[in-house]
Amino acid sequence: MFKIIGICLIAVFFFIMGFSVNCFGGSVKNSIQIKGSDTMVNLAQAWAEKYMEKNPGEFVAITGGGSGTGLSSLISGTCDIAMSSRDIKEKEIALAKQKGINPFETKVALDGLAVVVNPNNPVSRLTVEQLAAIFSGKISNWKEVGGEDKKIVILSREVNSGTHVYFKEHVLRNNKPESKEEFAPGALMLSSSQAIADEVAGNSSAVGYYGMGYISPKQKAIAVAKDKESEYVQPTIENVLKGKYPISRPLFLYSNGSPEGLIKKFEDYCFSKEGQQIVLITDFVPIKK
Amino acid sequence: MFRKVKEFIVERLIQICGLASIFFVVVIFLFLLKEGLAVFKVVTPLDFLFGKSWYPISEPAHLGILPLICGSLLVTLGAAIISIPIGVACAIYIAEIAPSKTKEVLKAGIELLAAIPSVVLGFIGMVTLVPWVKNIFHLPTGLTALSGSIMLAFMAMPTIVSIAEDALYSVPKSYKEGAFALGATHWQTIHRVMLPAASSGILAAVMLGIGRVIGETMAVMMITGNAAVIPQSILVPVRTLTATIAAEMGEAVVGSEHYFALFAIGIVLFIISFAINVTADLFLHRENK
Repeated sequence: MFKIIGICLIAVFFFIMGFSVNCFGGSVKNSIQIKGSDTMVNLAQAWAEKYMEKNPGEFVAITGGGSGTGLSSLISGTCDIAMSSRDIKEKEIALAKQKGINPFETKVALDGLAVVVNPNNPVSRLTVEQLAAIFSGKISNWKEVGGEDKKIVILSREVNSGTHVYFKEHVLRNNKPESKEEFAPGALMLSSSQAIADEVAGNSSAVGYYGMGYISPKQKAIAVAKDKESEYVQPTIENVLKGKYPISRPLFLYSNGSPEGLIKKFEDYCFSKEGQQIVLITDFVPIKK
Repeated sequence: MFRKVKEFIVERLIQICGLASIFFVVVIFLFLLKEGLAVFKVVTPLDFLFGKSWYPISEPAHLGILPLICGSLLVTLGAAIISIPIGVACAIYIAEIAPSKTKEVLKAGIELLAAIPSVVLGFIGMVTLVPWVKNIFHLPTGLTALSGSIMLAFMAMPTIVSIAEDALYSVPKSYKEGAFALGATHWQTIHRVMLPAASSGILAAVMLGIGRVIGETMAVMMITGNAAVIPQSILVPVRTLTATIAAEMGEAVVGSEHYFALFAIGIVLFIISFAINVTADLFLHRENK
């Protein structure tokens, strides 16, 4: 009997503890909640760690979940900064305005989107047009693009991923807003970039895409050309910076209104020399040199 | 006097607790209806249920959930085919054949199986079962409906075994003794007397097991590949209703058609599992009469 009461008391104690910490964090503004793009999680985490080292007593919490997730939490007011690997949509802006939130966009880095295959796959270069045909299901066998006679297994991110949206708009639809091209219905939707990396590493007929920070020796990045006449370019920091690599995109932080106070301090840190150095270390492309 | 008041208060308190679950079910269902029915302003119920493509974030969105329904049904059917014979046989062994010591060990083992969190099963399935399925059937990818079915069969088994075992146990002893007295062998007794006598309980066990499978989310999301196509065989990737909600809810902008569509999927799921539970209940009650 006493045991049970004891356990209950402990539970209540922890509950109150958790609650009061929350209240404290809310009233004395010394923490930032950042949420959004899985692509940017590693980058933001690295920023946050260095930032907290330099500014003891301030907390930066990073959560992934996808660009859409981040933006919808910004709109519903559950985070201070949304990380996004795509532009905010008209619809989202309208919805935010409705809720009295004014999304403010800050471009913090660039990212090359790597198309990866298993290292055993003989295919090592493709044009954007071929990529579009592969991912929309028009080309379904590797031999059509100079590989072995094997069915292509398409790996994609879930629809909550900014990478998914970016890839669809800029590769499948080739930047044409009127295009109705979609991912092949048979494309496997995986829930994280890491899941795609793992599947590509173990499956010689798979092809996937993700931010170039995830490339490891277990996957082979495809050299991509804008069209048949252009040069095939590897997704490297240098090539993205020079604008040679055709599938690269900006990465954004969205805040409510132009950043102030702590949020500004953090975003300023991201733009500092050290912050942009971290961008480089985490395999993204700095926006300022 | 005081005792009467106390009695009254306690009775009412217990009554409230008893009614709470009904109350919650009704409230949840009303909420689902409120949010989900809004989707039928943009698509007709027929297009929603029998539409063949699911592209929720395109403009205009394609909101057809037939591939998802097929995916859920296929995975569930597969899991049922695997788990029902094994589960029922296991229940017969525990209730009728096993010596009492083995019985204890087996029962504890089954309960432990039920206690494994589904995400852990999904994870184990991803690293062991998926490559195995891929190699045995020479498939382009192991993330298939079959992998999901096998993993879900593990989850349905504890439910089926424990309820079916109860049903067999509650068959009156006189039936069994009567059968033996007539010179029936042990197997004849089980097959001709015990199983028919416990049949409604066993059916209820099967229904509840299936109910568990169709509502399962995490494991299927991890190992079925999530491709929204109408499956032609059990060896292709499928996307289930539950995985769709889980994967996309975070992204869906509150108040968008995508958001309403996900709630409408919730209604479909609710109706399916409600139907299964009611059927199970009918069988159980028939037994009691």
